[in-house]
Amino acid sequence: MLGLDEIIQTIRMIQDENLDIRTITMGISLCDCVDPDPDTLCRKIYDKITGQAGRLVEVGGQIEREYGIPIVNKRIAVTPLALVAGGQDPEIYLALGRTLDRAARDVGVNFIGGFSALVHKGFTQSDRALIEAIPAVLAGTERVCASVNVATTKAGINMDAVYLMGRVIKKTAARTADRDGIGCAKLVVFANAPEDNPFMAGAFHGVGEPECVLNVGVSGPGVVKNAVTRLPDADLGTLAEQVKKMAFKVTRMGELVGREAARRLGVPFGIVDLSLAPTPAVGDSVAEIIEAMGVEVCGAPGTTAALALLNDAVKKGGAMASSYVGGLSGAFIPVSEDAGMTRAVESGGLGLDKLEAMTAVCSVGIDMVVLPGDTIAETIAALIADEIAIGVINHKTTAVRLIPVPGKKEGDFVEFGGLLGRSPVMAVNRFGAAGFVRRGGRIPAPVSSLNN
Amino acid sequence: MTSSNRIIVTVLGRDRVGIIAGVAQVLAENQVNILDISQTILQEFLAMIMVADMRASKVDLSTLKELLAAKGRELNVRIDAQHEEAFLYMHRI
Repeated sequence: MLGLDEIIQTIRMIQDENLDIRTITMGISLCDCVDPDPDTLCRKIYDKITGQAGRLVEVGGQIEREYGIPIVNKRIAVTPLALVAGGQDPEIYLALGRTLDRAARDVGVNFIGGFSALVHKGFTQSDRALIEAIPAVLAGTERVCASVNVATTKAGINMDAVYLMGRVIKKTAARTADRDGIGCAKLVVFANAPEDNPFMAGAFHGVGEPECVLNVGVSGPGVVKNAVTRLPDADLGTLAEQVKKMAFKVTRMGELVGREAARRLGVPFGIVDLSLAPTPAVGDSVAEIIEAMGVEVCGAPGTTAALALLNDAVKKGGAMASSYVGGLSGAFIPVSEDAGMTRAVESGGLGLDKLEAMTAVCSVGIDMVVLPGDTIAETIAALIADEIAIGVINHKTTAVRLIPVPGKKEGDFVEFGGLLGRSPVMAVNRFGAAGFVRRGGRIPAPVSSLNN
Repeated sequence: MTSSNRIIVTVLGRDRVGIIAGVAQVLAENQVNILDISQTILQEFLAMIMVADMRASKVDLSTLKELLAAKGRELNVRIDAQHEEAFLYMHRI
């Protein structure tokens, strides 16, 4: 029998501490849509997505009501389109992007991921055509998210792709200049991209995945922060133990919702992504957890250690709570989407260099970082290369989402609105690495037995 | 519903005469059986939790939630109903 205190705790977590299921994401294979005729290809893609995901939003709503837990987003991830569109003319890729957008709109989801290419070792013709089309697709659609995997630990880093992505990010910002370069918020550059990530903008349905699958991303920075705040004098071992317990409870909700949604939709349940995903809402911040641990401002000395403790404890608690863990699984530290991170940058406590160091011990990477509009493509590529190198050497996923906002300079403020949040324009080192980036080629895969 | 038909009804708000009667009336009208009631009063605030069985219910959980929410507005308290699994899953392995 449940205790009164347990029931009250669950209700408090949901009502006061922003506990929610961040996303249920349906992964759909488009491999059977391949067709030499572009119109038929688009029609098959549209029919496949709307056929599989037609009830996703409805079922999500039912579960929200019956279990009393908010499911913030219902989303779709598809097979990387560069794999599905091989052999098509380069002009077709924009039409494919629009097809994804229309299918997402008609089933009522706010984002669809999978306008993607995997180029960690090299480009196919289709990969090149897709990447060239990214700026136009992100400017001309509302719901489509793009991602490009430029490196893996096994293959090394495709520096031609890194440089190309620097230019693509600049073009995407220019194409959406009237909306502060918002197209770049829907574009992720990856190392070691996971095939089952439910979180946007980097979600796609990997080639090792089944026909259709349901993955879940949990949230809960507010729950963890309050747990930490309630232990002002506890030593760090005790704190880690408490974070584990809370992560367990948060993840159990994800497991329940994921299994129930998969059952009702008649598709296999994939994974729970054990991430702490912040939002701009008050109290829903990863930075604030670090500060509650005793670091004066997120970004001050001690931040990396505090984040390492947090990230590991979340994984330990979450892994126990779920039968299948996957995706990104770690604490996210996006700057504009986390009110505490934004505040830390504003106060001068957090800069790009510390942010990069933090990504070595947590999930994702240099995420939702707003740069001056005059940052050149080579510098953006060099920032990408650094972050990607951290992922490749440490056998982990890293990702980069940079937004060089046209016309803005260091210290200006940018408002994206909604879950994308707001951020000051961050300072970039005034020295560049154009000579390094322009060399191109491939950085070889690392040796992993000599691991210091 | 899946393994069980049990729900948790929670009532939060300022205490007054007739809250339990009001909630019980909605449940009875829809053939929902009350299994357990516990409540605490913190200062003048009431927190009441009922475990109920919907096996013979005339309505589904979504509809019951709406009926309870409407009764809550009448009584000036917040009434919610959730599937028991949401709590069991979080606190039990």
